[in-house]
Amino acid sequence: MTPLEYPSGKQIIRQLQMAGIRFVVSLPDIVTSSGLLWPIARNNDFELIRVCKEDEGVSICAAMSYNGTRAVLLMQQTGLMDSLNSIRAIAMDYQLPVVMMVGLQGKEPESMPKQSSVYGVRIIPSVLEAMSVPFSLIQEPSDSFTIQGRIESCYADSKPHVFLIGRTPVE
Amino acid sequence: MMLRDETLMVLGEVIEERDIVVAVYQSLFDWMEIKPRDLNYVATGAMGQASSHGLGLALANPERRVFVFDGDGSLLMNLGTLATIGEAAPENLYHLVFANGTYEVNGGHPVPGGKNIDFATIAKACGYPHAFRFSSLQKMQGMLTEIISCKGPVFMALDIEPGKNYPWKYDYIHSPEARDRFRSALNREA
Repeated sequence: MTPLEYPSGKQIIRQLQMAGIRFVVSLPDIVTSSGLLWPIARNNDFELIRVCKEDEGVSICAAMSYNGTRAVLLMQQTGLMDSLNSIRAIAMDYQLPVVMMVGLQGKEPESMPKQSSVYGVRIIPSVLEAMSVPFSLIQEPSDSFTIQGRIESCYADSKPHVFLIGRTPVE
Repeated sequence: MMLRDETLMVLGEVIEERDIVVAVYQSLFDWMEIKPRDLNYVATGAMGQASSHGLGLALANPERRVFVFDGDGSLLMNLGTLATIGEAAPENLYHLVFANGTYEVNGGHPVPGGKNIDFATIAKACGYPHAFRFSSLQKMQGMLTEIISCKGPVFMALDIEPGKNYPWKYDYIHSPEARDRFRSALNREA
């Protein structure tokens, strides 16, 4: 059996930089903590805004977009679920480019999200599909290379995107 | 005593052309009639989110002043925003809370805590360097110029009573036209 490969945190961060992301709005998530959030916190290219609740981040990122300022909201799937009404209203109804990176805490690294044994994980793709929120999975190392292009599309088309982080990014 | 519409009229005298104003619910509907302008940000989407939109606007537009006209019910729904703003500390953000103790546009039911909550003290404890509370329009008016000359984030809790009721224009505030109007003005005047 081929050993699992994990996405590179450095590559994800590089993609964010290439996409012109200036602000990272976050609540800690154990999936992305060591590979993404701590390196971002130490990186002077980004301005890190720590929020108390994830729906604050939806609004902050949306408001920033009005003059083209680019931001990403980093959170766990529990925070995504807690923010659904803000995502519904602000990202979807208002058609604003809110970019979200969501760690799937509890997902087995070898499984796809919908096949997870964890209820809180396996419902996430279906919830996003029901809301017509665009999303993609960052699980294999090669998935990281799609990030810049998807963010560019978000801002070009004024629409949200959720990146589901399916395996812990390595530093 | 402070009537909301009279308070907004006084505030309107210090709002400059380049300032952004984010308002919610009845304060927004009143403000839209009292001071219609392109840089009124009306689309906050979900209840409680005005100050978070204001923070995003303040950070992305540091050369502009951003005024948030929040409600007490709205702020209670997103109270953590005070700690977030206190830490981010945008010098150009002025956060005003119109506190009437009720969810006015949802039937006038009381908010938890009614009129007893001291929002200014909470804001100060969360890191706002300047926080004030007024229940007299005359006193607020007398200090307003000095207050808005302070570096933000500045917080003002206003114990208000409803004034004249202005029309509820929900269709407009949620419309693409409203967002386009703000976006065009923001980028035209940058």
